Order: sequence, then structure tokens, then C-alpha cells
Amino acid sequence: MTQTPLTKKASASEAPIRIAKREGLSSRRAILLRLLTFVMAIVAGGVFIAAMGQNPIEAYKLILRGAFVGSQRNPLSSIQATVIIFVPLLIVSIALSFAFKMKFWNIGGEGQMIIGATFASYFAIFHSDLPHFVLIALMFFAGALGGAFWGLLPTFFKVKFDTNETLFTLMLNYVAIYIVKYLETLTSWRARAGFASIKHFEDNAKLMKIGGVHIGWLLALILIVIAYIYLNHTKQGYEISVVGESQATARYAGMNVKKIILRTMLISGAICGLAGMIQVSGIDYTLSTGMTGGVGFKGITVAWLAQLNPFVMALIAAIFSILEKGSGVMQSTLSISAAATDVLQGIILFSFLGGEFFTRYTFVFSKRRTDK
Amino acid sequence: MKKLMKVLAIVISAAMVFSLAACNGLGGKEETTDEPGTLAQAGTVAIPKEEIKIGVLHITSIEETSGYTFAHHKGIVEMKESLGLKDNQIIEKDWIDDNDKKATTTAIQELIDEGCHVIFATSFNYMDTMEEFAAKDEYQDIVFSHCSGYKSNPDNFNNYFGRIYESRYLAGIAAGLKAQELETPMLGFVAAQDVNNAEVTGGINAWALGIQSVYPEAKVFVSVTGSWYAPEDEGKAAQALIDKGCVVLGQHSDSDATQTVAEKNGKFGCGYNSDMTPFAKDAHLCAPIWNWGVYYTKAVSEVINGEWKPVNYYEGMNVGLIDLSPLNPDTIAPGTEEKVAEAKAAIADGSLVVFDDSLVDNKGNKIVGEGEDGRLSDEQITGGINYYIQGVELL
Repeated sequence: MTQTPLTKKASASEAPIRIAKREGLSSRRAILLRLLTFVMAIVAGGVFIAAMGQNPIEAYKLILRGAFVGSQRNPLSSIQATVIIFVPLLIVSIALSFAFKMKFWNIGGEGQMIIGATFASYFAIFHSDLPHFVLIALMFFAGALGGAFWGLLPTFFKVKFDTNETLFTLMLNYVAIYIVKYLETLTSWRARAGFASIKHFEDNAKLMKIGGVHIGWLLALILIVIAYIYLNHTKQGYEISVVGESQATARYAGMNVKKIILRTMLISGAICGLAGMIQVSGIDYTLSTGMTGGVGFKGITVAWLAQLNPFVMALIAAIFSILEKGSGVMQSTLSISAAATDVLQGIILFSFLGGEFFTRYTFVFSKRRTDK
Repeated sequence: MKKLMKVLAIVISAAMVFSLAACNGLGGKEETTDEPGTLAQAGTVAIPKEEIKIGVLHITSIEETSGYTFAHHKGIVEMKESLGLKDNQIIEKDWIDDNDKKATTTAIQELIDEGCHVIFATSFNYMDTMEEFAAKDEYQDIVFSHCSGYKSNPDNFNNYFGRIYESRYLAGIAAGLKAQELETPMLGFVAAQDVNNAEVTGGINAWALGIQSVYPEAKVFVSVTGSWYAPEDEGKAAQALIDKGCVVLGQHSDSDATQTVAEKNGKFGCGYNSDMTPFAKDAHLCAPIWNWGVYYTKAVSEVINGEWKPVNYYEGMNVGLIDLSPLNPDTIAPGTEEKVAEAKAAIADGSLVVFDDSLVDNKGNKIVGEGEDGRLSDEQITGGINYYIQGVELL
């Protein structure tokens, strides 16, 4: 590059340490670094557990037991609960990765999930007499439609007026929550006068189950493969990455950037909406403001930690789910505060992120120039 | 490395698929070996005291010091001590968001997995999840008991709550007298939920009726936070009410923020759930309080004796489930003690009915009671109060 001599000269007067992207890192080294990160994260969490006066090894055992081992009367309950946490997190992470790959900051997964769920709930509440498969299919479609609608709103303003999509998608989350709160006050939606909660779905509107868990898990696994192929091996997927790298390049290449952005956010929103539908129809059996469980935000972390690779997202979402499910059991068994388990999860996550940073970047110590 | 990660991810995904498939097989097998009728119906068989396990779901932290969860946790501890149970026989799950179905389901399942014989769920929105668990064939031997809702079943699921509005009325008397002493007919109320929530709205109305009984021209302004526990929002709402000119604040919210803000502004207030005087000794008058231990002790000892019945529990001051905290002598207006005692006695002997036939909402509509003598029926009180009475207005 033409700039090289310039930066070299400048470096003499610059700070003695600067951060540079690691290049030419061998894959074996990268894996080793990541494994090290994982171990460090566990150790850091262990130090915190020890500081609370508990045995870290026992605590981690409890987490694993809590995530996988059920009771005598129901040996599968724990693993099922872990899967239930895993499914929406993974689906939303994948949905967000579509937008992120395009460098479109979709922070609105929560809202897109809620509106998708709201659209789907409409059919569950007002058309529950339809044949089961028709109803479920309609709910899937409505969920995707709702999510897509909520995702396209900010995108439309982005391509038309270049509004800031981060703020726009974020604020729409709260609009979505208040829409549900409003529905809770309507006689036709609410369960019973005097209580702010929406009607419970009829059995007919509940998602079918495989292995004791709603079929969402199967859809999530299929989605991993579809998303991987779409993002990496199709023309549209390629267009997304080009737009993400440089919109100017995309335009030079004759791509219709606005169309690509709209199309991709339609997909991203629709998948979030599906996650919402799966949640209300598979688990909640009603619509509520807390239905997302925060996955619209957690998904952002998962997507980036996985570097937007759907398979790695599955791995990371699994680790998060195990941690979340297991630490609930650890909390009540050791009778420590639930806040402490949140701190533990935070420490582990933070260590992960820190480790990622050191894997991708390195510190460069500039030497004093010994020019004559 | 990407490839390796990918392979790893595929292996894990595959493992999950197979484990789920295995789940399916196992699940089926279990059902066939599990003969129907082998489970004893909940509450019908005595359980040795040393073996009984009790699970509790809390909406906020059990380490909290004055609010809703504090009151329930205190009740659980009281029950444990009075029945002589050991620590490990009680499993309490705290910070379970009652709007998060996934978290609720997981927590209840974990309590079942730990072998709990009785599960108490203390917040309203746990209701539907409790109902679903209680309906499952495999859990017919477990007692599900839900606080503040309206659902139950004839086998193993009941609800429990109390006539807290009676104490609210008494607290209203103290609040009204204080406002009268300050010659300002403006009072405020920090409400966790809006007018559609009967529990909160009924409490506001009862408080206002108490106030009006001693200070008829007084007005109550309501500020809604939208969340059961949100100390920061509660503080802001309290400040807004004070800025409007309110001199005494009531609350239906789970922290003591309303009282501490009142104290900071040199104003006064009635807390909720527990005696909040220690947290705002220059502001707090008195608080409607819960003694949940009364119910927990009764319910658990019935389970131990095999005498538990799926009957809904709705009691008041008569059994000590609810009460008014001691009046704070440093803050109350003169004459409060006599007035409160008088009303308390009148409620006890039935000559004073809080929600009688004289109710008019703030739009001027007469409220028709479906109970005796035109008073509100219990059903109307627990689920039908979604209007503010005259003299109560949104801020």
C-alpha cells in the first residue's frame, strides 16, 4: 500500500503499544488459543465460585448435572429443558447473522420475535378451530410475516433516508413490548378481566413434539444447514458478503444494494419471527412480554463469537444453554443468590470475549527508532 | 481451524440429535412401565416429616430486605422453623421472571426433579405453568399451590391469597389523617400494574376508601411503573407524585423506594409487604403486611399428615395472615391509633365492609356488587376490580 512509509514514520511518535490484527495464524494455533480461552474462562469462573466459599469443582459438576441429568422419575427433564433454552437462542443467532454479515446492525431480534409471535398468536386465539396442520402452518407463516414486517420497517427507512438502523431496531423492541401490553388490555385477547395476561392457547394451536420437546429443535438443526449453504454457497449469500465488505464495490459490480439489504433483512426478521412463533406455540402457549427470554440480545453475542458461522453458533448456543440451565440448579442446590449465577455467567462470557480478542488481535510494541 | 470447528460443531449437533432420539425411545419405555394408579393422590398419604421436600418459586431475590419476596421467604422460614424441618428440605428458586415461561417451566421442573412434594409459586404469572404441571398424570402426587391467581383444579392444585385490602383500608386511615394534619388533600400511589390488575387496583381503592373515611375531600393520584419490582422506576414515580403536590404516598410495588424517596422529600408514606419503618423512619406511617408463614405452616403440616385438600385459601386478619404493621409513633397524626383500632374492630365484627354497596367509579358509574347486601363478592374482589373509585385518578 502507498501508505506504508507514512505509517512507519508516524509510528515513531505514536503510543509505544498498538493493537494489530493477527495475520497468518495457523489453524492449529487458533484452536489451541480458543481451547486455552475456554479453560481460562472456566478457571476465572472457578475463582469467583471459590470466593463465594463454594467448591468450584462441585459447582461445575452441579452445572453439568443440572443441564443433563434428570430425576429418577423423569430422566430426560433436564436435557429437554436445556434444549428448550437452546432452540430460540440458536434460531435468533442465525437470523441475526444474516444481517450482521451485511454489516447491518439488527439489534431488534427481540421485537421481531415478539411481533412474529403476536401475528401467530392471532391465529391461535381467533382461529383455533381450523384443522391442526392448517393452523400450525398458518401460524408459521404469520410468525415469519410478522417478524419480516418488523425487520423491514427500520430497513425501509435505512435505504430510503439512511437512518441509523442500530437505534431504530433497538427502539422497535420497546414498541413491540408495548403492543403486547396493549393487547393485554383488550377483552378479545386477554384471558380474564382484572388480570393483564393474554389467553391461553387451545391444544390445537400447540406445536407438535418429538422426543418430549416441541419440533422447534428439529427446525433449528435444519436451519443451521440451510443458513450455512445460503450464506456460503449461493449467489445471494455472496451478495450479502460483498455488501457487507463494501457497498461501493457492490454497486460497481452492478448489484442492487438496496434490494439486497431489504431482502436480507426480510430473511433475518422472518427467522426471528419464526423463533417467536415457535416459542409461543411450543413452550409458552400464550403471548407475553417476557416471551423472548432476552435471546434477541444474547443472540448477538452468540453470532459474533461464532464469527457468523452457523455450525459454530450451534456449539456456542449449546454452551450458553448448558450454563444457563445448569446454573439454575447450582443456585438452588448450593442456595446461593441467583444474582451470583448471573455474575458467574458474565465472568465466563467476558473471558470468552477477551480470549477472542487475543486470538484475533495482537499487541505490537513499537521499538525506538535508532535513526542516525 | 475453521474446518476443525465445523467438524466439532457437526459432531455436537449430531450428538444432540441422537440424544433427543434416545430421549424419545426412553420416554416411551417409561410410560409403559409406569402403571397408572401407582401414584398416591397428592395430599392423601402422610409423608414423614424428615422426608418431605418443599419447593418455592420467587420472583425476586430472597436476600431482599423488605418487599414481596422478603415476606414470602420469611413465611417459608417461619414454616420451616415451626415444623422443625432442615435447611435441605426447602428448595427456594429466586429471580424467576414470571413473564418468562421458559424460566418458569424450567424452575418448576427442577423442583420436581429434586423430589419436592409441595411446590409454592408466589407470583401471578406462574399460574398457567403451574396449572399445566398439575394436570400431568405423572405429577398427581405433588401438591401445587399458587399465590394470587384464580386457577385451581379439584385434585392437586389450589391458590392462596388474602384480604390484604382490609389492611390497606386501615393504612388509608393513617394516611388520610396525616394528610389532614398537613392540610393537603393530595395523596399519591405508586402502582406496579395498571388499572387492569385487580389485585393492585383493589388495593388502591381500599386505601382510598380508608383515606376518604377520615378526610373525604382527599384525592389519590396513581402512577404506574408496569413492573412488580423496579426500585429505580418506583423512586421516579414517587418523585413525580411528590412534585405534583402529594404529601402521603402509598405503594403496591416490591421495594421500599417509594418510602425512601418520600423521606428524602420530607413527605410521608405507607409501605407494603413488611414494616418499612426501619428503612424510612422519618416518613413511614405503617404498612399493610403479610404473614405468609400462617398459610405455609398450615399447608405443609396438612401435607405431612396426609390431610391436604385442594381447596382455595382466602383469609384475612381473622387468622393473622394479613395485618397492619405497628404504627410509627414518630410520624403518625394524633388520634390515628384510636381510629385504626376502631376500624379494625369493626372489620373483625363484620360491621365494617370495605367494598360495600356505596362504590362509584371515577367516571361516575355505580358499581353493582354481586355479594350479600350489594357488597362485592370475593370473585369480584380478586378478579373484577378494574376501575378506580371516585377520588382516585391517574397522574
